[in-house]
Amino acid sequence: MMRIEQHPILPIGPREEVEFHWNGHRLVAKQGEMIASALFANGVRIFGHHPKDNAPQGIFCANGQCAQCLVLADGVPVKSCMTPVRPGMRVESVDGLPELPKVEEVSPMSETETIEVPVIIIGGGPAGMSAAIELGTRGIDVLLVDDKQRLGGKLVLQTHRFFGSIDAVHAGTRGIDIATLLEREVRDVGNIDVWLNSTALAVFSDHKIGIMRGGSTYTLVEPQVLLVAAGAREKSLVFRGNTLPGVYGAGAFQTLVNRDLIRAAERLFIVGGGNVGLIAGYHALQAGIEVVGLVEVLPECGGYKVHRDKLVRLGVPIYTSHTILSANGTDQVESVTVAQIDEQFRPIPKTEKSFACDTVLIAVGLDPVDEFTVKAKEYGMSVFAAGDAEEIAEASAAMYAGKIKGLEVARALGVDVGEIPKEWYHTVTILKSHPGNTVNERIPLWEEGIFPVLHCSQEIPCNPCTSVCPRKLIRIDERDIRQSPQFTGDAHQCIGCEQCVAVCPGLAITLVDYQQDPPLPTVTIAYEFLKESVNVGDTMTVLDCEGEVLGEVKVESVRAIKRNDRTVLIKVRAPKAFAKRIAGIRVQEPSVSESLPESLKRVTDDTIVCRCERVTAGEIRELIRAGYRDVNEIKAVTRAGMGACGGKTCTALIQRLFREEGIPVDEVTENVKRPLFIEVPLGFFAGVKEEDDDD
Amino acid sequence: MTNYEVIIIGAGSVGVPAALAMAHAGVNVLVLDQFASQGQGSNKSAIGGIRATHSDPAKIHLCLRTLEIVSTWQETYGHNIEWTTGGYTFVAYRKQEERTLKNLLEVQHSYGLSIDWYDKDDFLKIVPDVSPNGLIGGTFSPEDGHCSTLLAGHAFYEEAKRAGATFKYDEEITKIRVENGRVKGVKTTKGEYGCAVVINAAGPWARKIGALVGLDHPVNPDSHEAGITEPVAHFLDPMVVDIRPSPGSANYYFFQLATGQVVFCITPQPSIPGFDRRETSVFLPQVARRMVALMPRLTNIRVRRTWRGLYPMSPDGSPLVGWSEEVKGYLMAIGMCGQGFMLGPGLGELLARMVTQSKLSVEDQETLEILSPSREFKRQEALK
Repeated sequence: MMRIEQHPILPIGPREEVEFHWNGHRLVAKQGEMIASALFANGVRIFGHHPKDNAPQGIFCANGQCAQCLVLADGVPVKSCMTPVRPGMRVESVDGLPELPKVEEVSPMSETETIEVPVIIIGGGPAGMSAAIELGTRGIDVLLVDDKQRLGGKLVLQTHRFFGSIDAVHAGTRGIDIATLLEREVRDVGNIDVWLNSTALAVFSDHKIGIMRGGSTYTLVEPQVLLVAAGAREKSLVFRGNTLPGVYGAGAFQTLVNRDLIRAAERLFIVGGGNVGLIAGYHALQAGIEVVGLVEVLPECGGYKVHRDKLVRLGVPIYTSHTILSANGTDQVESVTVAQIDEQFRPIPKTEKSFACDTVLIAVGLDPVDEFTVKAKEYGMSVFAAGDAEEIAEASAAMYAGKIKGLEVARALGVDVGEIPKEWYHTVTILKSHPGNTVNERIPLWEEGIFPVLHCSQEIPCNPCTSVCPRKLIRIDERDIRQSPQFTGDAHQCIGCEQCVAVCPGLAITLVDYQQDPPLPTVTIAYEFLKESVNVGDTMTVLDCEGEVLGEVKVESVRAIKRNDRTVLIKVRAPKAFAKRIAGIRVQEPSVSESLPESLKRVTDDTIVCRCERVTAGEIRELIRAGYRDVNEIKAVTRAGMGACGGKTCTALIQRLFREEGIPVDEVTENVKRPLFIEVPLGFFAGVKEEDDDD
Repeated sequence: MTNYEVIIIGAGSVGVPAALAMAHAGVNVLVLDQFASQGQGSNKSAIGGIRATHSDPAKIHLCLRTLEIVSTWQETYGHNIEWTTGGYTFVAYRKQEERTLKNLLEVQHSYGLSIDWYDKDDFLKIVPDVSPNGLIGGTFSPEDGHCSTLLAGHAFYEEAKRAGATFKYDEEITKIRVENGRVKGVKTTKGEYGCAVVINAAGPWARKIGALVGLDHPVNPDSHEAGITEPVAHFLDPMVVDIRPSPGSANYYFFQLATGQVVFCITPQPSIPGFDRRETSVFLPQVARRMVALMPRLTNIRVRRTWRGLYPMSPDGSPLVGWSEEVKGYLMAIGMCGQGFMLGPGLGELLARMVTQSKLSVEDQETLEILSPSREFKRQEALK
């Protein structure tokens, strides 16, 4: 069973087990989990084969947005990532086109209900919840809809402590816990009506929004104001083998691992060094998954340096100025081939390296989920967007932006909310800002006493360390928390409470103590892995900020205390020659990251642009070269974008092909976007009641 | 200024096949369209059914030829346009529909069309999934069928280009140059072209084009919504048409594409005049209830996309085809009433014969007489 049995952060409670059938075999699932997760837990990663070319199909988004994970559940085609397992359920793979089940009797149908509301918020993540709270506390009725079983959006996948401002957005608290805090607030405020399991399907020209309420009741909602807080979707990449089962998005991975507690991979390779990819790597290690490496196409990772540093210290090699050439394997990923690139982003011959892995995560950026906003604007509705649906940024920024949007929505409804404070806009700008300058690490010169070393050398919006120091010795300019924190004391002012070490979201603060044995000081290091994995007396490899090995040291103590909120503090004794430079402990052996002896024969030549309809980059390039400039026509001819997902992934890839072919943007006509944005059974629109499960 | 013999306005269901027929006949033809590529008006909104089983002889003649062209397209030209000879069925659950359909049969048989009435049990053998409750029977015309409008549009376009036709896009017609009562050329937002013949194949926008030569064509669009499902394994052969009226809608129809998706469409009642092509919330619940009631098996098929298209309606439900008496060289091929896709290929060839002054057959002459733009719009087609 590929389940996560223990996790340093996530609670793993007992869950009831249920039996179900996969292609006639009896398997065990956890009560209430999604079919896709149950299959993964049982080692099944191929869910069917595509009708067009028999290509194996598996998980891609794990978010209900695509239809790669299609299976038959009791004869009915469903998205396995959004459909919970029921006891005794017969789940079958879809090989080719699914058979439409016979239905003998017409079920009773009911009329579609139309509900008028002042505000509907699509998406109950950080932005949506924050906006709902602002509106609700002002007595405005809010309808908050979310397609998942609980509120929180992507917060529920984040095991790490959040960056940002400790006053404004719960910085220093773990994402999963912020989700619970906000969720509680939403429930407490009153006048927020929450519809879970409710997917927004379309915005219509008569200003109504089609919602699949509770998974099976089609309801039209007519709001005075629409707030789209539907988050983001992951960008994809075109490379050989890019649709092999085992290639999927970092968000999908986090869902499987952190929400559903599935050990979704044995050996993981990550493409993309933004925060999403870096954090996914960290989460993988926490789940006991080997992270073979990470490639980033630019000379530097785009994510926070502290995230990057954390990963390399733990033993994950990061290859910058590298790209993925192919994912290799017959039916699923067996290895990955990467190469170095030149200034024009072209792979440099003879720099190819292959690594054995079973999973390749694509984390090459996010696009706002903007289809609702686009349609609502086109139809002249009063519409706002918040969080990633408006602009891609950190979740902390989404929370604050949601708060502001809440007030803007209130104002649009004619409610007097007074002036929205200027500082709020200032704060949100800071929270949204990309990583700034990197400065040299400032390691104090003292070799006596006790003091923290801040291995935090990049300007990012983050300030939890300043709030915990009982002597207020760590400071950041409060007007701009992007400044690097400074330890303003000397070698004898710090009381050694270790709070700053425990609270730093980047795990970038250590405490060096020379008091007992000046030539062999102790160093306290934050550690977010299982306490049991380190024992007093163990010899550990320690590394500096950049991931350079400094040496081997002995563990003096391992402490996990409640107020540290699952962060373990490890004290090692190290020679003073490098004690101050120690930034972390290696958890993954270098042998994990060794490349395969020779270049592999690539098994597939598919470079798929449209996953739903299996359209290759070659087919689209050919049309572009033949003079086609209207994406509508390319779509009509190739079917690219006409599949289940409606072009959510391939639209951007097609635009990219145009760019690569040197076609100016103004020569290209974009395709028309049509509802529905999610496929829903015809019977639901007819108001057919779902039959009770009598199994 | 480039000169052409013929300029066709509208690269759609009529214009593109007409360009192919012209080019095959050696005519130097230019097709102009306001959109960025062919078929972006109503062609791509059409669902792709093609039948010859009308009650109007003109449509019967034209669609019989269309059936020949599309059913032999792949062997002639090589492109797969997903033509499927699945037939058309019209269901009857009430006496009045049974009567209407049976009355039509007489006319249809008189033109030698392959269509017959089937009582309940035999009808259920043809479409096993329709609800048997209250079913009286229905008609079935096995030689009708359907193909992909998108692939067919593209195939006609590619062949027309290969045969020498020229296409220009993103050009709106600003002027049709007429001198001494004769067409001389066309001016667009991008340029000017000389020609002796202008063919108005502008679909819903036909009236606007007519105004450029001082004519007022009685063609007004109304809008219909359509949808498509996910693909499922083959379970349905013919087009299924239900002509019973229901609050808010008249007939609706659906079929399964060769690639497995079910396409469906409904006729709003009262009709929705105008050029609005934006989707409404009314369509899905309205059509879904009727489809699921008729064919319970459709309960679990998932709807993928919906869209709205325009039917360029004439006063009597039949197209307007013919030379203008007022402006020499101005040829109308307008008012297709939502059947441009099935009429287009047959009509395109007829237009080519008219332009090249070939000898017109008896059927051609009958067709043109019926579709004459100067006719009095008195009658209504039984099932338009």
